[in-house]
Amino acid sequence: MPVWIQLVFLACGVCFILALKGLSGPKTARNGNLLGAGAAVVACIVPFFWTDLHLHHVPLILAAILVGTVGGVYGARTVQMTQMPQMVALFNGVGGGAAALVALLELNSVIDAGGHDSWFNLAATAFTIVVGSVSFAGSLITFAKLQDLMTSRPVVFPGLPVIFGGALVGAVVLAVLLVNDPRMWVGIVLGLLGLLIGVLLVLPVGGADVPIVISMLNAFTGLTVAAGGYVLSNVLLLIAGTLVGASGTFLTLLMAGAMGRSVANILFGALKGGSTLGSGEASDRPVKSVTPEDAAIMLAYADRVIIVPGYGLAVAQAQHTLRELVDVLSARGIEVDYAIHPVAGRMPGHMNVLLAEAQVPYEQLREMDDINGDFKDTDVALVVGANDVVNPAARTTPSAPIYGMPILNADAARQVIFMKRSMRPGFAGIENELLFDQRTSLLFGDAKDSMSKLLNAVKAL
Amino acid sequence: MLSESVVWLTIFVLSVFVGIEVISKVSSTLHTPLMSGANAIHGIILLGAIIVTGTTDNTVAVTVGLVAIVLASVNMVGGFVVTDRMLQMFVRKRPAKPADSDQGSTKGGAA
Repeated sequence: MPVWIQLVFLACGVCFILALKGLSGPKTARNGNLLGAGAAVVACIVPFFWTDLHLHHVPLILAAILVGTVGGVYGARTVQMTQMPQMVALFNGVGGGAAALVALLELNSVIDAGGHDSWFNLAATAFTIVVGSVSFAGSLITFAKLQDLMTSRPVVFPGLPVIFGGALVGAVVLAVLLVNDPRMWVGIVLGLLGLLIGVLLVLPVGGADVPIVISMLNAFTGLTVAAGGYVLSNVLLLIAGTLVGASGTFLTLLMAGAMGRSVANILFGALKGGSTLGSGEASDRPVKSVTPEDAAIMLAYADRVIIVPGYGLAVAQAQHTLRELVDVLSARGIEVDYAIHPVAGRMPGHMNVLLAEAQVPYEQLREMDDINGDFKDTDVALVVGANDVVNPAARTTPSAPIYGMPILNADAARQVIFMKRSMRPGFAGIENELLFDQRTSLLFGDAKDSMSKLLNAVKAL
Repeated sequence: MLSESVVWLTIFVLSVFVGIEVISKVSSTLHTPLMSGANAIHGIILLGAIIVTGTTDNTVAVTVGLVAIVLASVNMVGGFVVTDRMLQMFVRKRPAKPADSDQGSTKGGAA
């Protein structure tokens, strides 16, 4: 490949570094992302100026790019903000699948050329095939879990650890075989084993842990792209893949830390016993339920109100009505803030995206550490469609799947109003003691419906 | 004289440090867009898919390569577009004090 093309690749690699750096701050994020996109487009155009590329394949390649682009843009444009985590999972999965296929093709050309290659090259090829397939299959399972195509609870069956372990050992054995004697069938079986490993890796992960696994699989795909870069002698793939692999691993650890969990516990916790299996069932213990009118009186005569928004709010599309309610309360001289838990929503930072969509002013959004001390001086904590992030079990119940996760101290407020659809437990599948507290009132119903009734009742006072 | 493998290893190791360094202070507000943006960047496997497809003459290989190109471009294009959609909302105007005016929407907006 000519030097000038390689230099373009180097420049694109630098742009990716700047893009990632931009993405870490809100002011520079959008420009960073656009820079990355521009670099990617340039990088994918230059090979067409390379004489080794067979000209008669160019129309086919362009057609395939067009198909993928249309599909990608359609998905990206039509997806709802609430479904963002599964969209990211899906995009990541197809990327991993592409990396595995590219590695298989490279293996094929090595075999065509007589089967001689350095052992390290072949090992990198085997790595890309296996881990790319893991990422593909694992991401599809996370997609299915988040999209409610299958249960989001951990799936464990007897013998799972044995099959999983067997598949891992089998993959290592075949990888060694491939390095010694490159053959196509070995590569294909490696890919199939990777798919199996991916499925078995993600099945036992449930509920709120799924997004962490998406981040981890994202890092996996990054590493396969890096290994693919080594195999293809392409420095841009090496740089970009390594960047994503490293930053993705770091992000995974950061998110796991925000939930007070270790990555090993997230992945293998369910295998060790029933501890991460929540009950998933509603309790029939007595709770105090209120009408929107009662709740309106509690809110309208408070001095200080803190709102705890959750995924349920966004799903019901009640953010706009909530914002209206906050405006009415503020106009009555009540001090109102939103308390944002870092993992509220379906993914860390997801709630911020959802509220930003509803144009809730940033200055009213307060992060957990900043607002947690204020709950004890708060008259009413209004919890809308959130559950796990205010569940005191995170502090008190070592067997709970969310144990150790820092939570919002809504239980310290003088009164708590819970807006819930039913008594069903939240994403983590465990019951919330706060619901049965003397100071807690439940306002049952669809969040949007209840919210507009509440709004009208407050206006009428 | 550096051997080629050592050069590759050097690039790899340095990239690991750069990757960790550039995101080490990100706030949880941006975790979702950051994950999505990183996701789009590894879609650059599209480049590899184009090269392997364009340099082979084996029909089966070309077919598999075209599948890889479709998958990789979904990853790359979709990833960048969806990240931009999320980030668009983060750079929106800080709402004007009493009334909603669209003027002056260019400044402010940091979360």
